[in-house]
Amino acid sequence: MADVVIVDYGAGNLRSVERAVVHAGIEPLVTSEASKIPGARALIVPGVGAAEDTMAHLRGGGLDGPILDYIASGKPFLGVCMGMQALFEVSEEGGQHECLGALGGRIVRFPFGMTVPHMGWNTVHLDRPHPVFEGIAQDDYFYFVHSYHGAPTDPSVVIGSTEYGGVTFPAVVGRDNVIATQFHPEKSGRSGLRLYANFLRLALEHGSIAPAATAAS
Amino acid sequence: MLTKRIIPCFDVADGRVVKGVSFVELRDAGDPVELARKYDLDGADELVFLDITASSDGRASVYDMIRRTADQVFIPFTVGGGVRSAQDVRLMLEAGAEKVSVNTAAIERPALIEEGAKGFGSQCIVVAIDAKRTGEGRWGVYTHGGRRETGRDAIEWAREAVERGAGELLVTSMDTDGHQQGYDLKLLRAISDAVDVPVVASGGAGEPSHLYDALTEGGADAVLAASIFHFGTHSIASLKAYLAGRGLPMRPVTPVANP
Repeated sequence: MADVVIVDYGAGNLRSVERAVVHAGIEPLVTSEASKIPGARALIVPGVGAAEDTMAHLRGGGLDGPILDYIASGKPFLGVCMGMQALFEVSEEGGQHECLGALGGRIVRFPFGMTVPHMGWNTVHLDRPHPVFEGIAQDDYFYFVHSYHGAPTDPSVVIGSTEYGGVTFPAVVGRDNVIATQFHPEKSGRSGLRLYANFLRLALEHGSIAPAATAAS
Repeated sequence: MLTKRIIPCFDVADGRVVKGVSFVELRDAGDPVELARKYDLDGADELVFLDITASSDGRASVYDMIRRTADQVFIPFTVGGGVRSAQDVRLMLEAGAEKVSVNTAAIERPALIEEGAKGFGSQCIVVAIDAKRTGEGRWGVYTHGGRRETGRDAIEWAREAVERGAGELLVTSMDTDGHQQGYDLKLLRAISDAVDVPVVASGGAGEPSHLYDALTEGGADAVLAASIFHFGTHSIASLKAYLAGRGLPMRPVTPVANP
């Protein structure tokens, strides 16, 4: 049974995510099999593309339930880009699409008239410290590419924020053992590799990425 | 604040990097993976590989090059050249490219843009436009590396490409490319005013001020260049320091030992 599982739901470029995990010294399992999810000690849901397709692939592959069960079990979870957006309740991308609902709130578009996608390197301001960002500078640069962003119901899930064109949106969200980034750490050079390494080390050594648990350990 | 991007471009033929002067003379400038790794460490924000391999035998080598690059480079890179179908796009993304650039095939069959955007998301579909001035404030679209006139207006094609799902436009002036006398600022401004996706300026960078002009007067979100980097004329760090000194938001270059 693989410790680190990357969920392959048939959309997006998983190779860079896989390589970032390998760079941290760990061989992940990249799989579309729902049965591999419960045994993971660290679960990564990456993704690019559209919300409708993502959710259709997750449901079609029977992956939505196991992902939610895994999150509910309290084991470490990392969502990236569409893998972050899928955690919310509803995405307004191309209509109204029901998502996983692990976090309260919606996925909304940047206002019309702005240049979208928001594409390139932007700063991430940590609103509160998080162990996964250990060794990463405040306001460090990460690579973004997205036209929609999270609008959480509960502001306490926002861990880090980014400003683009006058809009401040959540760049990092999470609660308990869930963390998810709007940016692509696997495309964000050294700082992004550090984020993966931190997540994997905390998950595999401590079984937890949550601030309180690691502070106590 | 979102930073402006500096993008070294590699023309690749049969697995080797070459750069044409106005697409005619080609000079060898090294191994693509080694160069990509060097530019990643030097602070490049993204990389672009344009495969100009003529033979179908050589075409297969691009996938191996993408895989080897993705193994070592953790910044985004775009691959273009000879992309004919959604299946070509899929293979390049699966090999590890972040974005795929389409040019001639999109002009010949514009539905390719929609197929790519629907299948993989607009964010990974770059439409490359090679434009040549045809009159005051008018540019025509060229294909086949600038050899064939299409009769299409560049500004209209830019708008259509975005409507069909392009997530970024890579705009090359055939008039200025290879001459190192500066980008075509009027072309860049006309296109960046016409669309709401990021525009990458290409063709003509010879001095640091040319990059500044493209990012300000030209309205570009990113600047692509080749010769200025490949022949050691300017380092990315010195260019970024120059542009930051003139007030543009840049991702700083930090020294790295064994990332």
